[in-house]
Amino acid sequence: MYRFAKKVLATAAVLALAGPAAAQDGPIKMGALATLEGAFTVLGEDGMRGVRMALEEFGYKAGGREIELITGSSDASPDSAIRAARKLVEQDGVDILVGPLSGSEGLAVKDYAKTQPETTFVNGSSAAQDTTLRDPADNFFRFSTEGAQWMAGLGEYVYNEKGYRSVAVLAEDYSFPYTQVFGFLEPFCRLGGEAPADARFWVPIGNKDYSSVIAALPDDVDAIYVALGGADAVNFLTQYEQAGGQLPLIGGSITVDQTVLGSKGRTREFIIGTPSAGPISDTWDDPRWNAFVATYKEMFPDGFPSPSLFAHAYYINTKAVLLALEQIGGDLSDGQAKLRETLSTLEFETPTGMVHLDERRQAVADIFLTEVVVGPEGNLVNQTVKVIPQVSQTFGLSYEEFLEYGVVSRENPEC
Amino acid sequence: MRRFVERHPFGALLIAVAVAIFVWLIFAVWPEWLVDAIGRKKTFVNTLLNGITLAGLYFLVASGFTLVFGLMRNVNLAHGSMYLLGAYIGYEVSEATGSWFLGLAVAFLAIALTGVLLQVLIFRRMEGEDLRQTLVTIGISIIAADLMLAVWTGTTYQFLPPEWLFGAAQLPIVSVIRSSGDAVYIVYPIYRLVVLAVAIAAGIALWLFLNRTRVGMMVRAGVNDREMLAASGVNVQLVFALVFAIGAGLAGMAGVIGGTALSIAPGEDIRYLLASLIVVIVGGLGSVTGAALGALLIGLAEQFGLAYFPTYGVVLTFLIMVVTLAVRPQGIMGGR
Repeated sequence: MYRFAKKVLATAAVLALAGPAAAQDGPIKMGALATLEGAFTVLGEDGMRGVRMALEEFGYKAGGREIELITGSSDASPDSAIRAARKLVEQDGVDILVGPLSGSEGLAVKDYAKTQPETTFVNGSSAAQDTTLRDPADNFFRFSTEGAQWMAGLGEYVYNEKGYRSVAVLAEDYSFPYTQVFGFLEPFCRLGGEAPADARFWVPIGNKDYSSVIAALPDDVDAIYVALGGADAVNFLTQYEQAGGQLPLIGGSITVDQTVLGSKGRTREFIIGTPSAGPISDTWDDPRWNAFVATYKEMFPDGFPSPSLFAHAYYINTKAVLLALEQIGGDLSDGQAKLRETLSTLEFETPTGMVHLDERRQAVADIFLTEVVVGPEGNLVNQTVKVIPQVSQTFGLSYEEFLEYGVVSRENPEC
Repeated sequence: MRRFVERHPFGALLIAVAVAIFVWLIFAVWPEWLVDAIGRKKTFVNTLLNGITLAGLYFLVASGFTLVFGLMRNVNLAHGSMYLLGAYIGYEVSEATGSWFLGLAVAFLAIALTGVLLQVLIFRRMEGEDLRQTLVTIGISIIAADLMLAVWTGTTYQFLPPEWLFGAAQLPIVSVIRSSGDAVYIVYPIYRLVVLAVAIAAGIALWLFLNRTRVGMMVRAGVNDREMLAASGVNVQLVFALVFAIGAGLAGMAGVIGGTALSIAPGEDIRYLLASLIVVIVGGLGSVTGAALGALLIGLAEQFGLAYFPTYGVVLTFLIMVVTLAVRPQGIMGGR
């Protein structure tokens, strides 16, 4: 009996000592959540590459503490993202969660973040507007720009330079494409362009057969604005070519990026010249970007010919966390108060220029206006047309003024 | 035919009128009021053709599924994995040899062999235990999906069909008459017509096999009464293995055909499994004719939904399933 009691006491003592010590000196658990299933699998894989690049850069260490990476997978639906986030936070006990990938997932994880004040959430690449614009969560940080910011300058460009006056819209039916369509159409319509409601087509994510939608597209428009991602975009582009489609395209940020241009099969010559805009440009001739691309190619020979915006967004968000941890010496005490304060004021150099957060913890960064060209290795790449510096979420307007534009939706803006 | 008309004069008249309207819709140039009411003719005809060709693809996948079920009472939930694996294998072969047709043939043979192995090594060990077999097939499909993701990653693949299969053909159907008097004809991708042709050919071949050959007779007998067939001296295991090979091979072949028409990526396995499940539920489990009918209904519903009310189009498919289950739970052509 005596020996038993002694054992219990000793164990209790060890636990008592080890408890707080482990919290401060043990490894920091970082969760990474991306879509490794479903239509956006290839996007999620590249996102994870971005996380690994940032961690590798820091040697899986920050502020003197080891970083332990735990990955989770969703399928681009909000409930799968919540399930995966729950598992990472509540079962694996991660201190910081990086993710998710897709727009509506971001909205769901933001709401979940409010119920987990002990954990810090940093965005992956999800880019719906309301993740940070309306009703943001105090512990959700987004160092990547969102869908409407990504479209900065595109509406003006196709109206003024390309001379398009009316467009049809084809996009997936969830928050991220709503955000992109809003970001593109808002300036386009203000200049006098048109996109009538019956020429806007909203299809479910993971739709494979676009032939009927293609048949329903109007002939009397100047161009089609396409905001589809991953396998969906590949399917649409092939079927549009097969159906003898003639209209020029305007690309959403993930419609003509490397996740689509780098897919296996037929090269799609007819999309050469397609204008688009987004947070990266494949051919931007800048030492920071070139170094990023070189590291990516070296680390992932089986990756894309050039990193996609998903690798880029996950890289930036992960790096922000690591930089902040470095500054505070890995001190996560007091409900991670120090980490959050540092993240809010963090300003750092990314492969695409400086990034800092606004008061709702949303990134302000440079945006690239691009056009699809044949690259030096014969593959299709996005060439920089123009860099739009330091685009904020409210496009320079005040927060209240910007809210008057209304919530992004299928019909916003009307024109 | 004549007897049907004599017995149901009113019904026959109704059908004749419906067919006449349908033919008119396809071949006539639409008047203004009709265009105002239901949109352009181009949309309607293209959607109709898309629905029929998609049905062809669904039939290729679902016919194997329903055949296996009919004979072995085995709901093979790994059927979608066979589709995807066939597509990947076909892609590798056609990439290595440059021949799309060789890819198609190898996909059929390789997946047929996989099917035989599954039957001989796994399902045979748990014969008669339907639930256990079903659970095992779910397990296999999950493992297969992860293995395929590891080997072929998440990248989207697309086949390069022979040049003469790519592009669009002009159909002898006038879409509109321009103000200048020129007729504008409907243009349709050649490859999708080929998909339909292959599906019809496969359907006829299956029918001939089942109804005109000795082995087919054994299969039909097995569907009706397995024990009796075994008692009459037929090697039932051999028949099972053969049917499994054909069913799986068709799925593998469909992988290459579907991967060329659309694309291959992780997740396709579940998509086609779900499609085949709905098709056989609507058409009737175990009936090849039912699979054809079900595929046609689902294909058309999906495409018309997508073209005319994209946001809620998915509902249409499930609506058909719900109505079928409520009115005729055994499916349109299902027995018993």
